[in-house]
Amino acid sequence: MTTLVIAEHSNLTLRASTLNTIAAALQLGEPVSVLVAGYGADMAAQEASLVVGVHQVLHADAPHYAEQLAEEMAVLIQKLATDFTTLIAPATVFGRNLLPRVAALLDIAPITDILAIESNDTFVRPIYAGNALAKVQTLETKKVLSVRPTSFEATAAQGGNASVVKIEACAAVRLSQFKSRDLASSDRPELAGARVVISGGRGLQSGENFQMLEALADKLGAAIGASRAAVDAGYVPNDYQVGQTGKIVAPELYIAVGISGAVQHLAGMKDSKVIVAINKDPDAPIFQVADYGLVADLFQAIPELTAAL
Amino acid sequence: MKVVVALKRVIDYNVKIRVKTDGTGVETANVKMSMNPFDEIALEEAVRLKEAGIVSEVIAVTLGTQACQDVLRTALAVGADRVVLIETDVELQPLAVATCLKAFVQKEQPRLVLLGKQAIDDDANQTGQMLAALLGWAQATNAFKLEIAGDHATVTREIDGGLETLEASLPVIVTADLRLNTPRYATLPNIMKAKKKTIESLLPADLGVDPSPRLKTLLVSDPPVRKPGIVVNSVTELVEKLRNEARVI
Repeated sequence: MTTLVIAEHSNLTLRASTLNTIAAALQLGEPVSVLVAGYGADMAAQEASLVVGVHQVLHADAPHYAEQLAEEMAVLIQKLATDFTTLIAPATVFGRNLLPRVAALLDIAPITDILAIESNDTFVRPIYAGNALAKVQTLETKKVLSVRPTSFEATAAQGGNASVVKIEACAAVRLSQFKSRDLASSDRPELAGARVVISGGRGLQSGENFQMLEALADKLGAAIGASRAAVDAGYVPNDYQVGQTGKIVAPELYIAVGISGAVQHLAGMKDSKVIVAINKDPDAPIFQVADYGLVADLFQAIPELTAAL
Repeated sequence: MKVVVALKRVIDYNVKIRVKTDGTGVETANVKMSMNPFDEIALEEAVRLKEAGIVSEVIAVTLGTQACQDVLRTALAVGADRVVLIETDVELQPLAVATCLKAFVQKEQPRLVLLGKQAIDDDANQTGQMLAALLGWAQATNAFKLEIAGDHATVTREIDGGLETLEASLPVIVTADLRLNTPRYATLPNIMKAKKKTIESLLPADLGVDPSPRLKTLLVSDPPVRKPGIVVNSVTELVEKLRNEARVI
């Protein structure tokens, strides 16, 4: 009865989502191993060995794991699965891409995007963009799970002392090849893990006006997000999108600026600790989830707020 | 080459869903149903590939009861050449769907299968990846851009923090993200024509598949309600509340 966490990492460091996933794995009460499969990923493996609660780190290193392609990773995890009763990954783009592939190879129905662990075999997950919660029980021989990182408080990154065991790579399957990755470079915190998130909507009226949010974000050390409407209007890139089909965030403070609050947007942010909405339309649905609502013209309110901090 | 597009009939995205009082699910009686929006994008991509001369035949397939015929009629109206209903009234979970689709794909032998990245009802985001695993094919999920040249597909994917480009030899599974394209509307003449076309029908048993659910839904409930907030009258008051009441700045 042991649990294998599939680490999300950049070969150099663990992604924050891995710490949330380890926290969820520990809730299951079984010894937790962490798989770090990468290329030149010694540092990530070392980092995983220091995470509190980790029993052992399995480190597979090969060129075909460099980009952690699902086709390559799934075969490795399928092989390792014989030794584990539970496989668990973060419900990020990485985990969503990989985990169902693993589950199908094992002929196990997975449970994805878990918000809470009720018992050893029963889990709560959102359906209909979080407008309903389903309590789901698995009767499978193994559990293949993904957890929503924002629903599990990260375990401490330092203080553990697990052994790192080198494991053999599987032969490369080479079904697909990585060509390139184009990541937005920013000094700001990552949207998914930021303590403060400021999101802009259609009310910003242009991409240039997002600079107003930048000034505020600088003051608060915040990440910047956007509604689908703002992304569709071309104000900001796709990866800014918060919502059912974009990023799911749950920061300490979420400031929605000029966002009306479609259910698809609310799905991505309504678990934030404190929600502030600034909108000139007093009937905007965003006010129904806001802890603090300010009915105001954002073009006056945002500079004023920035100056007041 | 042939392309198969898998479609799901879901509660329309504009409908505000209601959880049944007995906790067994979500109210679907007298609720507007539509094609899953991501599947519309997948279908549109297939039709565009046909218009570009890359694809010779677009086959749309769905699973469910007779009621699912409406999404297949819509598929015909926007350009699918053939449509197939895999008919069953059991509760369908992603692994069962992927297993049925695997058998269907083996029968039809397409070089490309397009699906939506997730259905907006169960938000599972599993079927495409599972189908790829069962077939032993390459997968490209969350597609933002798809190019097919010769025997290769180049797919740009939406990932956390940006975009990633993969290349795969056909056959390949591609799941559509929001910005792959903007689906067209079916025109009235095409909707009328679609009504006269044939819907092929299969049973899971014809494909040698038992689609019984493997997970048990014990309870469906409303999410917790946030406690009502307050309206502040000025930026000054907002800052004061955030500092002294919420203590987040």
